[in-house]
Amino acid sequence: MEIAFDYTRSLGPVLGRFMTALRDQRILGARGTDGRVHAPPFEYDPVTARPPQELVEVGPAGTVLSWSWQPEPLEGQPLDHPFGWALIRLDGAGTALLHAVDAGSAAAMRTGMRVRPRWAAERVGSIRDIACFEPGDAPAAAPDADAAADTAAGQPSAEDDSDPVTMTIAPVRLRYQHTASAAESAYLRGLSDGRLIGQRCPACGKVYIPSRGVCPADGVPADSEVELPDTGTVTTFSIVNVGYPGQRVTPPYVAAAVLLDGADIAFQHLILGCDPGDVHLGMRVRAVWRPREEWDTTAETISHFGPAGEPDAPYETYARFI
Amino acid sequence: MNAVAVVGFAQSPVRVREDATTGGVEMLVPIFADVFRATGLTKADIGFWCSGSSDYLAGRAFSFVQAVDAIGAVPPIMESHVEMDGAWALYEAWVKIACGEAEVALAYGFGKSSGAELRRVLALQLDPYLVAPLWPDSVSVAALQARLGIEAGLWTEKDLAEVAARSRAAAAANPAAQVSGDVSIEDLLSRPYVADPLRAHDCAPVGDGAAVVILASGQRARELCDRPAWISWFGHRIESGSLGARDLLALPPLGPAGEPAVDVAELHAPFTHQELLLRRALGLGGTVEVNPSGGALCGNPMFAAGLARIGCAAEAIMSGRASRSLGHATSGPVLQQNLVCVMEDR
Repeated sequence: MEIAFDYTRSLGPVLGRFMTALRDQRILGARGTDGRVHAPPFEYDPVTARPPQELVEVGPAGTVLSWSWQPEPLEGQPLDHPFGWALIRLDGAGTALLHAVDAGSAAAMRTGMRVRPRWAAERVGSIRDIACFEPGDAPAAAPDADAAADTAAGQPSAEDDSDPVTMTIAPVRLRYQHTASAAESAYLRGLSDGRLIGQRCPACGKVYIPSRGVCPADGVPADSEVELPDTGTVTTFSIVNVGYPGQRVTPPYVAAAVLLDGADIAFQHLILGCDPGDVHLGMRVRAVWRPREEWDTTAETISHFGPAGEPDAPYETYARFI
Repeated sequence: MNAVAVVGFAQSPVRVREDATTGGVEMLVPIFADVFRATGLTKADIGFWCSGSSDYLAGRAFSFVQAVDAIGAVPPIMESHVEMDGAWALYEAWVKIACGEAEVALAYGFGKSSGAELRRVLALQLDPYLVAPLWPDSVSVAALQARLGIEAGLWTEKDLAEVAARSRAAAAANPAAQVSGDVSIEDLLSRPYVADPLRAHDCAPVGDGAAVVILASGQRARELCDRPAWISWFGHRIESGSLGARDLLALPPLGPAGEPAVDVAELHAPFTHQELLLRRALGLGGTVEVNPSGGALCGNPMFAAGLARIGCAAEAIMSGRASRSLGHATSGPVLQQNLVCVMEDR
């Protein structure tokens, strides 16, 4: 399962200036009351907790204080071939910046080595505007000549503030291997056979579907399986009128809590096959299964629930589940 | 302030668990049963529950709510959660009892570290503007700290291999350990680097697990346990989140000043060199038995391993093996946060 999200962050006054300068191929630091120039800059002084008095230009070259070697780069890292990670103290700074060094091999890395930034061709105001660092002392050739920095390390920074960077986007993508528990597996295998498998708590006797392994009231394993019919009662519902990305059914449609006959907990499903305005509490419904050849170990094996064509369930039969 | 003691501890075996979900229920139910059996308590006796776990590790929102199934929270319970190691949940439980708001409290932590790419998940605990967008993984960042120590003359790669070998030998007696046994230093040093200068034995293995600790107030502790592990000191320190502004080799003194030495210390060091840093920061002399469980290097279930260290240190007192012990937990990159719990027999 892949979970991805683009975090969109506002930068604030200090990091905004820092990122704006990166876009212009310049690196800024903040002079701290601890006597050091912090690069990257702090937003609040670590001693006085005040915003920095001034930002000063540092580097762009620097010295490696420590390094490690990434033999097999991971997704999202600055380079897709083996590279070094380094803590780099930029010229004029008293603290270090963490970044990648494209050194070719671990044998080419050493503490004390001089490195310079390799600027990204397209810069948007992000720490990744520095594509990586590379061995060397002199400023690297700039991708666009007119923006080449005439560095004045340690001098107060004067920048073009006509188009400041105020936001940064950090995409995050992670992969997860979700394990189905034994109880979930029994439920999903049941679906692929066209059956609904729940579990009964040995302590209180309640029946849970989908099976959850442990009775949430007693905290004991609910390990005896129970097969339930595919008919049930609507205990509550809402009519979805709003569209959203990835939506599979066109609004308006009904999402409902359905209490299967014999179960002690309702589960959520779609109610289709009738006018949304006709859905009501106590309505009897029946599962509509996908065609036999599409049955699988997935909740989607039941397409939706539809009207069962039976008289409404008496209120007292489902009152305690509302 | 009420006196507070550890009266019970249990942990699950640390393994890559194909039968366990990110919700933690399968790992928690057996150890809740263990700790209730040992103390004679039932869930109705617990006045406060607190858990430690992480949504980023689980890959879903509010993942800790699912774990509450393992408690059986009917009738309703008083419950809290920290998005940190269960050791910080224990701290919250300790405060509750110390302030008189509960007599018995239970802290638990759980993590299915194998469900995701752990090294990448941990990159997200770094500065979200300046560092995380580069995805520096946890092993590479730890390697920067290890090299600083090598070049400062604090340790050698051989010293690190010795930490690994000693930990694995100790873990042979710990059924919860994920790795254990006798290994030769020469063999370890012949293995390839994972992140130069770190090799696989320098890094905690990726494993799933859970741990639970029960605390009780002075009045109740003696009824529940023959030798309660009384908490004499509990402290938490946070270093700068800026990796490059922090001296990665300089930890402040982490333990209590001027107190007698402990017999046993359980340190949450996910990397070999960090055990050496922690020994110095805690002023542990040669007479202290460090990580008799094998420590996190032999089993490091995220969000449970720190709580398990404190639990193992408490167990040393409850079993009569020690009179004073210390449990340590860490959080964040390269020992950024450190929690220390000192316990004693009274």
